Amino acid sequence: MSTHDIDDQYVRFINVKKSYDQQSLVVKDFSLDIRKGEFVTLLGPSGSGKTTCLMMLAGFEDVTSGTIQINGKSVQDVAPYHRNIGMVFQHYALFPHMTIAENLAYPLKVRKLPASEVKQKVKDALALVELDAFGGRYPGQLSGGQKQRVALARSLIFEPSIVLMDEPLGALDKNLREHMQYEIKRLHEQLGFTAIYVTHDQTEALTMSDRIAVFNDGVVQQCASPSALYETPANSFVADFIGENNHINGKVESNNGEIAEISLSRGDRVRALDINCPPVGEPCVLAVRPENLFIATAGREYDNVISAEFITRLYVGDSIRYFFKMSDGAELMVKVLNDQDAPIIEPGAPTRLTWATERGLALDKPAGKNPVKAA
Amino acid sequence: MAQFPRYFTIWQKLGLTGVKLTAWLVLLFLMAPILVIIPLSFNAEPYFTFTEGMLAFDPDAYSLKWYQEILAEDKWMLAIKNSFYIGIMATIIATVLGTTAAIGLTRSEMPFQRMIMALLLSPMIVPLIITAAGMFFFYTQLDIAGSYLGVILAHAALGTPFVVITVNAALSGFDYSLVRASLGMGAKPVYTFFKVIMPLIRPGVISGALFAFVTSFDEVIVVLFLAGPEQRTIPRQMFSGLREEINPTILAVATLLVIISGLLLLTMEYLRARSEKMRTG
Repeated sequence: MSTHDIDDQYVRFINVKKSYDQQSLVVKDFSLDIRKGEFVTLLGPSGSGKTTCLMMLAGFEDVTSGTIQINGKSVQDVAPYHRNIGMVFQHYALFPHMTIAENLAYPLKVRKLPASEVKQKVKDALALVELDAFGGRYPGQLSGGQKQRVALARSLIFEPSIVLMDEPLGALDKNLREHMQYEIKRLHEQLGFTAIYVTHDQTEALTMSDRIAVFNDGVVQQCASPSALYETPANSFVADFIGENNHINGKVESNNGEIAEISLSRGDRVRALDINCPPVGEPCVLAVRPENLFIATAGREYDNVISAEFITRLYVGDSIRYFFKMSDGAELMVKVLNDQDAPIIEPGAPTRLTWATERGLALDKPAGKNPVKAA
Repeated sequence: MAQFPRYFTIWQKLGLTGVKLTAWLVLLFLMAPILVIIPLSFNAEPYFTFTEGMLAFDPDAYSLKWYQEILAEDKWMLAIKNSFYIGIMATIIATVLGTTAAIGLTRSEMPFQRMIMALLLSPMIVPLIITAAGMFFFYTQLDIAGSYLGVILAHAALGTPFVVITVNAALSGFDYSLVRASLGMGAKPVYTFFKVIMPLIRPGVISGALFAFVTSFDEVIVVLFLAGPEQRTIPRQMFSGLREEINPTILAVATLLVIISGLLLLTMEYLRARSEKMRTG
């Protein structure tokens, strides 16, 4: 294997399965190759198996079947304390009986580094997370954001090539979370470690990651770059989970492999990109993002137009959300920038909504419970 | 007098005063037998009652002679030595066993947790006389009845439940992600135990150890069954002293025991306050 391949497959999950009770699988056939230095996020609702994957890589959980490799070698027979993987926990996991400096020195002392080197590295690590003056304090005397910065520094201080983060910002409030996202990103770019990040917060995943693996029900639904996930979701779960989406029920009329033609309940015909469109004649879902759906005006009308009844508008601040109802009962939302052009519509007024064909996605109907309002 | 709220009726005032008075009387009833032995142990006469001189606070009516008696008599010195030797050895064994048991029992993968816990705590619940009789027959078979080993093991068995309980309580707030963090940073399980788990549960371990020590220190029934003349402890010596010789040496010994117990109690309270501070701090 050439160096190029090894770097592209630095961390490999190969058909990994995990069951806690020998009956149901929490992780079903998970495969993922992670490039050296890449920032990969495992994103999914709680209970989707993403944290379990992280714990298996760290060595805290056994692998039921399949293989996990780091740098071309299987790690299943390596104890967690020999894997040399940094880890950041949701609740920091700082040792409360040690000062910040002692916490940072811990992994170095375990490795029996000389005292002078430990001291220097601790000093550098404190500087790295801008907590120079806090070395002598105890974790209990720090705020949540400071604690998480210490935890981050502690996971990096022994220079692991892989750093795992298990919802590290989950316990912080919104402003602090955004600041820490930036901080983590900065450290990742500065130090070049391979980061595997677990979160259920899609905004966090979108802003930080090189690639995102969307988990649901123990299966990776899609693994792609943030823009690809957002713009061309592989199926209706991803379309719904990442960002907001309007769902319109319809039936496939024709499909040329690129563009599908869909008939809606009232007989309107619209066109959309074929993503995973069911065969002709089957029911399907048409997904259009609220920012790609427009209120048709004289100067602005795309190739697809439907009519709907205006219900109400929700003032958000930088944007305004307009809610519409189609004749089959489905609700649609249009997001409009709050500038001078934001229209005022009378409630109940019939309105024409429009979107460009390449902004509409023809998708399968989600299995099981249908999140789309019944027609 | 205490301030009553202004809306109190005369009956509520009387009732509250009555409750307070009763509470003080109960406290007096509990403490009096313990407190009364302290002045009596300084009696200059070989009586168990207050002499007229003592009541008049005549300095000549008080003396330290019974304390000197303890130091002078071999049987008392042996009993004190035995009590500390057996107590300390039993405490060490109970602490090691109890701590490891509690740690094992709080792990989620441990099967039959409740059953094993109940089993471990049973020496506390089973009447001591039954435990003692059982130990006597069992230890006779093993040929360790009437030896230091026998008494130490018996007392270790009695002390272990206290350690299990206190360490279990200390572990109830323990964050196991600390263990994972430690392992993830390259520390082996034993290193993790001594550097991370132990410092955080230490208050629980120490108070458990103190309980175990006190249990051994004032235990008399098992000693009656298992100890030979060589292994007589302080309580055992007092027990025979009460019947064989009537003099206030026993009161002097009792006073010493009260002081030791009081000191242990204060230590425990201090540890509890400190661990609370560490948790919130």
